[in-house]
Amino acid sequence: MNNPANPVAKDNDGKSIWRFFLTELKPKGKWLTPFNIISIPVILLGLVLIVIRFWKGIGSITNLSQEIPWGLWIGFDVVTGVAFAGGAYVLTFMVYILRMNKYHSIVRITVLNGFLAYVFYAGALLLDLGRPWNVINPIIGNSFGTSSVLFLVAWHFLLYMLAELIEFSPAVAEWLGAKRARKILSGMTIAAVIFGITLSTLHQSGLGALFLMAKDKIHPLWYSEFIPILFLVSSIFAGLSMVIFEGSISHKVFFNQISEKNHKAQDGIIHGLSKICAGAMFAYFFLVLLVFIHGKRWDLLSTPMGYWFLLEMIGFVLIPMLLFFYSYRRHNIFMIRLAAILTMLGVILNRLNVTVIGFRWDATVHYVPSWMEIVVTLTVIFTEIWIFRWVINRMPVLRESPSWVKEEK
Amino acid sequence: MSLDRRNFFKTISVAGLTLAVGKSSKAAPPKGSEIEFQGILYDSTRCLGCRACEQACAESHNLPVPQDELVPGVIRKTSETQRTVVNKFITSKGEVLVKKQCMHCNEPACAAACLTQAMYKTKEGPVIWREDKCMGCRYCMVSCPFDVPKFEYHSANPKIQKCDLCYDRIIKGEVPACVEICGEALTFGTRRELIAEARKRIAEKPNDYIDQIFGENVAGGTGYLYLSPVPYNELGFNTNLQNTSYPALSKGFLYSVPSVFVLLPPLLLGIHEATKNNQPNEEENE
Repeated sequence: MNNPANPVAKDNDGKSIWRFFLTELKPKGKWLTPFNIISIPVILLGLVLIVIRFWKGIGSITNLSQEIPWGLWIGFDVVTGVAFAGGAYVLTFMVYILRMNKYHSIVRITVLNGFLAYVFYAGALLLDLGRPWNVINPIIGNSFGTSSVLFLVAWHFLLYMLAELIEFSPAVAEWLGAKRARKILSGMTIAAVIFGITLSTLHQSGLGALFLMAKDKIHPLWYSEFIPILFLVSSIFAGLSMVIFEGSISHKVFFNQISEKNHKAQDGIIHGLSKICAGAMFAYFFLVLLVFIHGKRWDLLSTPMGYWFLLEMIGFVLIPMLLFFYSYRRHNIFMIRLAAILTMLGVILNRLNVTVIGFRWDATVHYVPSWMEIVVTLTVIFTEIWIFRWVINRMPVLRESPSWVKEEK
Repeated sequence: MSLDRRNFFKTISVAGLTLAVGKSSKAAPPKGSEIEFQGILYDSTRCLGCRACEQACAESHNLPVPQDELVPGVIRKTSETQRTVVNKFITSKGEVLVKKQCMHCNEPACAAACLTQAMYKTKEGPVIWREDKCMGCRYCMVSCPFDVPKFEYHSANPKIQKCDLCYDRIIKGEVPACVEICGEALTFGTRRELIAEARKRIAEKPNDYIDQIFGENVAGGTGYLYLSPVPYNELGFNTNLQNTSYPALSKGFLYSVPSVFVLLPPLLLGIHEATKNNQPNEEENE
C-alpha cells in the first residue's frame, strides 16, 4: 500500500477540485489482495440478491415467517451492528468530556467506524422494509407515531449520523484543504459530541426497548423490563472491544500511515481500554445476575435454553471480563485482544438471543437464516470496509493532519 | 316562561339533529366524547361451523375464498390471504368451534408500535391498517401478542393483512360482513352492550358456558369478545397473556426519554467545563 501524499492546501477554484475528486476516486494500492478476491464476488452476488428482493418480495430470499418477522437483517445487521458502533460515543465521551487525551489519536478512526456502521447497518434496514418508499413518513411529519419506540430509534439514527458526520467533518475539510470550513466545523465538535452522547444513550437502550412489548415471545431468561439498561451497558464494552479489535487490524493494514509516536501509544491505549471494558462488563454481569435472581428463574437453568444462557453469561461475559482484568494487570496485549474477540462474540450471541434465537423459541418451525440473507449481510459488511479503506487511504484519519492545521493554532 | 320552553325545544331538536346527522352539524359536541368502542361477541356454542363468515370476509376484501376442509383437530391459521378462520378444536367437552381474527384491543400493541400510525385504533373501535403510511417494518407483527398482522412476503408492494372489522362498512352504519352473513354466533354492538349480553347468556345457561368472557380483560380488554363452554387454553388461546395493556410495557422507557434529553446534555457540558483546567498545557482539541 503506497502512502499517498497529503493533499496540501491549494486554491479551491472549481476546476481543480473536480480533477482532485476524480483522481481521488481511483483505487490506490494493489488490486489482488486476499480481501478483494473474497469480497468482490460476494458483493456482486449480494447486489443480484438485492435486486431479486425488491423485485419478488422479501420472502423470495429470506426465511422470515408470519410468526418470526424479524431475522438476521434486523437482529445482526442493525441491533448488533449498532452495539458495535457504540465505541464512538464512549470514546468521544472519554476524550472530549473527560479529556482523557491519551485516546485522542484513535478518536477519528472510531468516529469514522461508527458513522459508517450507522450508515450501512441502519441503511441495511431499508432492505428489510417491505415498503421502503414510505420511510420518509415518520420524518416529514405527516404521520408521527410518537408512542412508538421505533419512531424514537429511527429519529435517533438519523440525528446521530448527522452528529457523527460533524464530528468527523474536520478530517474531510483537511483532505480537501478547506481551511475556513475546517475551522467552522471543528468549532461545532463539542456540541455534536454532547448531542451524540445523549442520542446514543437513548437509542442504544431504545434498541432493547423495541422488544419490551414482545413479552410473551422472548424466552424469559432474556426478557425483562431491564432490557434497555442491559443493552446500554453492554454497548459500552461492545463498542470498546470493537475499537480494540479494529485498532489491532488497522495498525497492521495501514501500518505506514501511522506515525511512530502513535504506534508506540497504541499498546497503552489498548491497555487502558481493557480496564474500562472489564469495569463495564462487571457492571453488566452484576445487573444480569440481579435481574436473574429477581426474576426467580432458577428452574429454567436446567433446560437446553438455560444451558445456552449459562454459556453466554459465563463463557462470553464472565470469562472475557476476568481475562480483561487479568491481562490488564499483566500488561498482556495479546490476551486483551483475545478477550475483545470473546466479548464481541458474546455481544453477537446476546443480541441474537434476544432478537432471533430466543424470539419465539417455542415456535414449531424455527427461523434459520437462508444463505442468501447471509450473503446480503456480508455484502453490507464488505461494502462498508471498502468505503472505510477508501476514506482512510485519503483523509487524515490515522495519519497526522496536514501541517497547516498546526500552523493555525 | 314560554321563551324558556321554546329554547328548550330548540336545544332538544338541535341535539336530536346532531345525533341523527352527526358530523354535519356544527353544534355537535367534541368528537369522540359520546362514541363507544364497537366490537363483536362470538359465542362458540352457537357457531355451526358453516364458515360463511370466512367466505363473506374473503369476498368483501378481494381475497381468495378458502377451499380447504374443516377437519376436527386440524388447526388452520389466518394468513396474508385469509383474515379470519374457523377451527374445530377437540376439547374436554367434545368438538368446539372457534373463529379467530384480529382482537381489536382497546390499547393495541400494534398501533403503539407503529412509527407511522399506519396501524391505527379508530375511535369507533376497529384497529385498521393504512396502506399509504405503512413502511413495512413489521414491528406490529413483533409486538402483537395475538400474532395477528400478516405480511405479504412474496410481493414487491407488500401489504399487511388483518381483520379491520369492516371499518368502511361500520362508518356507513352497516355491520361487518361476517356478522351480516352469520346466523347467531356473531353479535355486533358497542363493547359495553356486548359484555352485558355475554354476562346475561352466562347467567341464563351457566351449564353451557364457563364463567369467563375472553377479551374482557386480556391485554387490557379487546373489541372481540368470546363465550365458550371450555377453558380458553383448550381453544388455542394463550391464557398466559397479561391482563394489562401491552403499550404500557414500553411506557416507562418512553417517559424517560425527555428527562434524559433535558438532564444529560447539561451534565456532560458541566463535566466538560469542570475538566477544563486539568491539563492547562494541552491545546483545546477540535
